[in-house]
Amino acid sequence: MTMNDHVHIDEHRDDEGAKTGMWIFIFTELLLFGGLFIVYSVYRYLNPLAFHLAAHELSTFTGTINTVILLVSSMTIAMSISAIQYKNKKLTLILMGVTLFLAFLFLVNKYFEWSGKISHGIYPGSTILQEASRGEILFFGLYYTMTGLHALHIIIGMAFIGYVMRLVAKDKIQHDNFIILENSGLYWHLVDLIWIFLFPLFYLIT
Amino acid sequence: MEKEQHPHIVRYRTYVYVLIALLFMTLTSVAVTHIYLGPYTVATALLLATLKSTLVLLIFMHLKFDKKFYSYMVAGVFLLLTSVIIITFLDYLYR
Amino acid sequence: MSETVLQHNQVSYLEYQGRFKGLFAWIFSTDHKRIGLLYLYSMLVLFSVAATLGLLMKIELIAPGKTIMDAQTYNSFFTLHGITMIFLIVVPGLPAVFGNFFLPIMIGAKDVAFPKLNLLSWWIYILGALVVLSSQFIGDGPPDTGWTFYAPYSFRTGTNMLPAVTGAFILGFSSIATGLNFIVTIHRMRAPGMAWMKMPLFPWALYGTAWIQVLATPIVGVTLLMIVLERTLQIGFFDPALGGDPILYQHLFWIYSHPAVYIMILPAMGVISEIIPTFARKTIFGYKAIVVSTLAIAFVGYFVWGHHMFTSGMSGTALYTFSILTFLVAIPSAIKIFNWVATLHKASIDIQTPFLWALCFLFVFMIGGLSGMVLGALSANVHLHDTAFVVAHFHFIVFGGTGFAFFGALHYWYPKMFGRMYDKGWANIGLAIFFTGFNTLYLPMFYLGMIGMPRRYYDYVEEFHGPNIVSSFGAMLMIAGLIIIITNLIRSARKGEIAEADPWKGKTLEWSIASPPTLENFDEIPVVTKQPYDYE
Ligand code: HEM
Ligand SMILES: [Cu+2]
Repeated sequence: MTMNDHVHIDEHRDDEGAKTGMWIFIFTELLLFGGLFIVYSVYRYLNPLAFHLAAHELSTFTGTINTVILLVSSMTIAMSISAIQYKNKKLTLILMGVTLFLAFLFLVNKYFEWSGKISHGIYPGSTILQEASRGEILFFGLYYTMTGLHALHIIIGMAFIGYVMRLVAKDKIQHDNFIILENSGLYWHLVDLIWIFLFPLFYLIT
Repeated sequence: MEKEQHPHIVRYRTYVYVLIALLFMTLTSVAVTHIYLGPYTVATALLLATLKSTLVLLIFMHLKFDKKFYSYMVAGVFLLLTSVIIITFLDYLYR
Repeated sequence: MSETVLQHNQVSYLEYQGRFKGLFAWIFSTDHKRIGLLYLYSMLVLFSVAATLGLLMKIELIAPGKTIMDAQTYNSFFTLHGITMIFLIVVPGLPAVFGNFFLPIMIGAKDVAFPKLNLLSWWIYILGALVVLSSQFIGDGPPDTGWTFYAPYSFRTGTNMLPAVTGAFILGFSSIATGLNFIVTIHRMRAPGMAWMKMPLFPWALYGTAWIQVLATPIVGVTLLMIVLERTLQIGFFDPALGGDPILYQHLFWIYSHPAVYIMILPAMGVISEIIPTFARKTIFGYKAIVVSTLAIAFVGYFVWGHHMFTSGMSGTALYTFSILTFLVAIPSAIKIFNWVATLHKASIDIQTPFLWALCFLFVFMIGGLSGMVLGALSANVHLHDTAFVVAHFHFIVFGGTGFAFFGALHYWYPKMFGRMYDKGWANIGLAIFFTGFNTLYLPMFYLGMIGMPRRYYDYVEEFHGPNIVSSFGAMLMIAGLIIIITNLIRSARKGEIAEADPWKGKTLEWSIASPPTLENFDEIPVVTKQPYDYE
């Protein structure tokens, strides 16, 4: 870093600007998934029956559990922001910890779901899929890509929240200076938001 | 640069209510799949998903308490994505 | 601390010594001006490479049959030429170089909102460039799909597609980082008194551009990702054998890439809107109309992508819709032309090099835009699609529009950036040769396209020979002009006369500060009370 860093940067702390930046970043993420949603809707329109059949392979139960997990984790991270504003550091950390734990549970579920599919021979390029109808190939391609990309975002979100937790623990984030916590929360809700759409599109179209 | 503080603290209770509403809608959308609604199945599922995401955006993501400008941006982005999907479908629907 | 403050106010950003010395003082600098120059130098190198490729292709086309290279080499040349010119030069070009340098200054700020992110965007840019270039040297030979990576060829070809596609994907992040930074900067950091409607037009153009960068780039990002996944993991997306629809790839690609052409042209229009009032010594005609048309272009530009796909087999409804929307998007562009011309009306014009660039811009941009209208008409398009006509169209617009504006901006802001003036005589001679070469190169291609010469072939039938000779000759002339222009600029950076703070008598904020600017641009943040082009 050059000299000018500390002249420029800590001179203006602009929370509102940081938040605007985070929102814009969130828009880019939404549109990234947006591209995949376009692909999904086109192929679903072209292969309604195959998508319907293929969705039977997915367990609504696992999907629902994961939805519940994410919704609860979204609540806990949102609450942690109130907690820091109430100057309750301990509760903030607990709520964030719970969020991380739930995120981890989500991934465990996802792991078992994916490995179940793979052990049944359903994965891109597998012999079973190669013999399946084209719609089914597309469905599972999209399933793996979209849930995979989503899981990647979960991991990034966990890293982000973990980093912010350290800042809270070291009192770098406090009741009057918590924009990073707010931004990590926004990111986490984005992950939730995407799942809210993935869930019906993959698990509920049976 | 003006330094806005965040005067608004959302109460824990509010979040709990929102969560209950979200869980309720989730279970409804699962339940609905077991009833035969024909083409409306997807529509119902998507409608509920939209309602859920609106709640998340407004309360969890604080749009309701932030400057209006954020809500406009979010609305704009969703409008853009919807328009792009609709225009893409001008091809597929009429091919 | 007070000592350093004193120092900041006196030393120019070029001489300022930070914690690092030499090269590191540049590549780790978060100063928006240094980052702008980093981009400028990187682009100069890449541009030379890509322009050389272009010249070699034109030499190949000087006669039918094989002249200096075989078909496969030609294919890889136009691919690398296209990828470099589009993703590495004209898309980032004006925002990354002049936006970085002048946006904060023109709105009266000390830097952009996120200086570190800004530096990161340059590093990502370099990484992306290296990955793209690596495709030439590793693996199974240079990619040969063209910059459009059309499916299904892009995952069938045996060539080294992955680095090219991955590189373009990486570059997207750089573009998004710049756009995000500019939006927040414009929202949050305008000087006191600078209301939205007092903002100069170049920042306005960057604002529209930044929104496109942010909202369109992710779509191409995920599309390129799908190509990668399809190639590596055989996940079906666009391969008909796996149930995919290759036309959907084209939709997704152009959903980004048409808005991307506005990423290229909007800032160019912004530059012209700065140059014209300065040399006309007059307030710009119809400031509001220009602002509104900038935003209108950014918006409507999202919904016309299908005009690249008129012959792909889309539905009739889609064809008509896209054609109508394409004609609509030309209206705001035309509005700007009228505004610029009206500004010149009855002005006492000071004819200087940047102004001449702006005039040349108007000329070529009109030809480019009007040829776009021809292509936007369905019936004409069926005949002209994928011919040399299209190549001529977009070179008139992209090279003629964005490229001319880039050089215009360079000649306009050069004294501010380097504190020295270039040799105006050589600059004008260079421009004259370049402009003549440019038209000699691309005008015949309109004709060639109309008589049926397809694009992206290394060979042609004898009938096309005459115009091709003219065109190839024009290419050499144009490159000669470029060499003069660039040499003159490089030489003058050391040897040119010392420039005044306001050599052109401009009125926007950048002319109110020292040349070259000090580290923090302003000793004191200015308070804005007037309209940006206040000449009365
Ligand atoms: C006046 C408004 C414009 C209209 C009506 C227009 C129309 C068109 C049409 C219809 C095509 C497709 C031709 C074909 O492939 O058959 C096209 C291609 C192209 N246009 Fe434009 N255009 C306009 C402005 C621009 C601008 C401002 C730029 C960039 C700065 C641009 C860059 C391009 C490029 C790069 C291509 C070719 C892409 C490729 O196939 O490789 N155009 N234009
Ligand atoms: Cu276009």
